[in-house]
Amino acid sequence: MRKIHTDTIEQTLYELCGRACLHLTDACTRAMQSAAREEAEGSAARFALDTLLANAQTAARERMAVCQDTGYAVVLAEVGQQVQIEGKPLAEAVDRAVARAYADFRFRKSVCDPITRVNTADNTPAALHTEIVPGDKIRLTFLPKGFGSENMSRLYMLTPSQGVAGIVDAIVETVRLAGSKPCPPVVCGVGIGGTFDTCAFLAKKALTRELGSRNARADVAAIEREALEKINALGIGAQGFGGKVTALGVLCEVLPTHIAGLPVAVNIQCHCMRCEKAEI
Amino acid sequence: MKKIQLPLTDEIIETLRAGESVLLSGTILTGRDCAHKRICEMLDAGTPLPFALQGETIYYAGPCPAPDGKACGSCGPTTSARMDAYAPRLLDLGLKGMIGKGERSRAVCDAVVRDHAVYFAAIGGAGALYGNAVCKSEVVAFPDLLSEAVHRFTILDFPCIVAIDCKGGNLYGR
Repeated sequence: MRKIHTDTIEQTLYELCGRACLHLTDACTRAMQSAAREEAEGSAARFALDTLLANAQTAARERMAVCQDTGYAVVLAEVGQQVQIEGKPLAEAVDRAVARAYADFRFRKSVCDPITRVNTADNTPAALHTEIVPGDKIRLTFLPKGFGSENMSRLYMLTPSQGVAGIVDAIVETVRLAGSKPCPPVVCGVGIGGTFDTCAFLAKKALTRELGSRNARADVAAIEREALEKINALGIGAQGFGGKVTALGVLCEVLPTHIAGLPVAVNIQCHCMRCEKAEI
Repeated sequence: MKKIQLPLTDEIIETLRAGESVLLSGTILTGRDCAHKRICEMLDAGTPLPFALQGETIYYAGPCPAPDGKACGSCGPTTSARMDAYAPRLLDLGLKGMIGKGERSRAVCDAVVRDHAVYFAAIGGAGALYGNAVCKSEVVAFPDLLSEAVHRFTILDFPCIVAIDCKGGNLYGR
C-alpha cells in the first residue's frame, strides 16, 4: 500500500482551486478565439466574444476570478486501490481546501441552505465524487461549476425506441430552451445510459474531458458531432445575441443501461470552462 | 461607442435603441435573488426601503470580495430572468435601468415600455473586466447577504449592449 496524507490532498486541491478560478483552460481559450473569427466584425456576438477574450487577459493580469461565479466546488477524486489515505477524513480535507482557497483568493462564496437560503460563508460543502480505480495514485479534478448554466441542465428518461435521434434531440432541445440564459457559447456534458443518478454524474464527468476531444467510440463521437452541428444551426449565438457559434463542444460519455430505458443527462457549462487536474 | 452618464434621464432613455453598444459611467445599485425578495417583502409590509429606487439602475450581480488595493473583485452579470418575478413592480415604482444578462419575460418587456425604462445586457462571464471598472463600492443594505447584499457602485466605462429599449425594441426578439 502507498500511503498518502490528507494534508497533501488538501494542499494540491487548494492550488488547483486557485488556478481553476483565475484562468480559462487553454482548450477553451482556443475555442473562444476560433468562435470570434466565425462571427462578423461589428456584430453583437463578435463584441461579446472579443470582450470575453479581453476579460480572460484582465483576469490573469490582475489575478481576479475570470467569472465572479466561482461556482459550487465540484471535486472528483479517483483513488487508486493501492492507496491508503492517512490523516483527516477525506471529505473534511477537501472542504478545508475549498474553504481556505475561496477565502485566500477572494473568490465568491456561493453556497447556501436550500430552504433558508443562508450562505454557508465558506463555499463548502464541495460536491465530492470518489471513484476507486486501479493503481497507487490519486487523480484530483477540480471543476468550479457556475449555476447560470447548471440551472439550464436537464435529465431525460427516454425510451429505447427513441434511440440516437432521441438522444440528439434531447441535447439540442436543452440548449434551445436555455437560450441566452446560460452564457452561450456553451459546452454540453452529456451522460447517456446508466441509471437516473449515474447518468447525471456521467454528464458532469464528461465536462472534465478536454474541449475539442472526441469520444473514442465512433458511434458516440457521431452523436457529439451531429448534436454540435444542430446546436450551432439554432442561431442563438454568443450571449444569445444571435450568431453562428452557440456551443463550443458536445462531450458525451456512455454507460450500459437497463433494457427498458435510455437515460440522457445534459449538463450545461457556460463558455467559462475552468477545470484543473493533478495526480499525486 | 456611445458614452452614457448615469443616472438615466428620460432624454437619455429616449435615444437608446436595442442593439447599440454603450459605455456606462456613474452610480448603480447591485441586487440579485435574495435582495429582490427582501425588497418586495419590505414593500408588501409597507416598510421604507433603505435606498430610493426612483431613477436608479440596478445591476444583477454579486461580486467576489475585493482583492487588496481594488474597489471590487470579479463582478459580471447574473441571469436576469430570475429577477423577472420582481422587476415589473420595481419599474412601476420608478426604477429606470436594469443591467444583467439574457432575455426577459413578456411582463418585463411591457413594463420597460410602460415605465419608459431600459434593460442593458452586460457580457456574462466578463467578471474581471467589470470588476475592474468599479471605482468605488459600498454596501447600502442587507450586509448579512454577503455578496448578495445591495452595493452602491461607482463605475467607469462599463461595456453593455442595449437589450430592451423604451419603444419595445428587443435584442433577443428575433
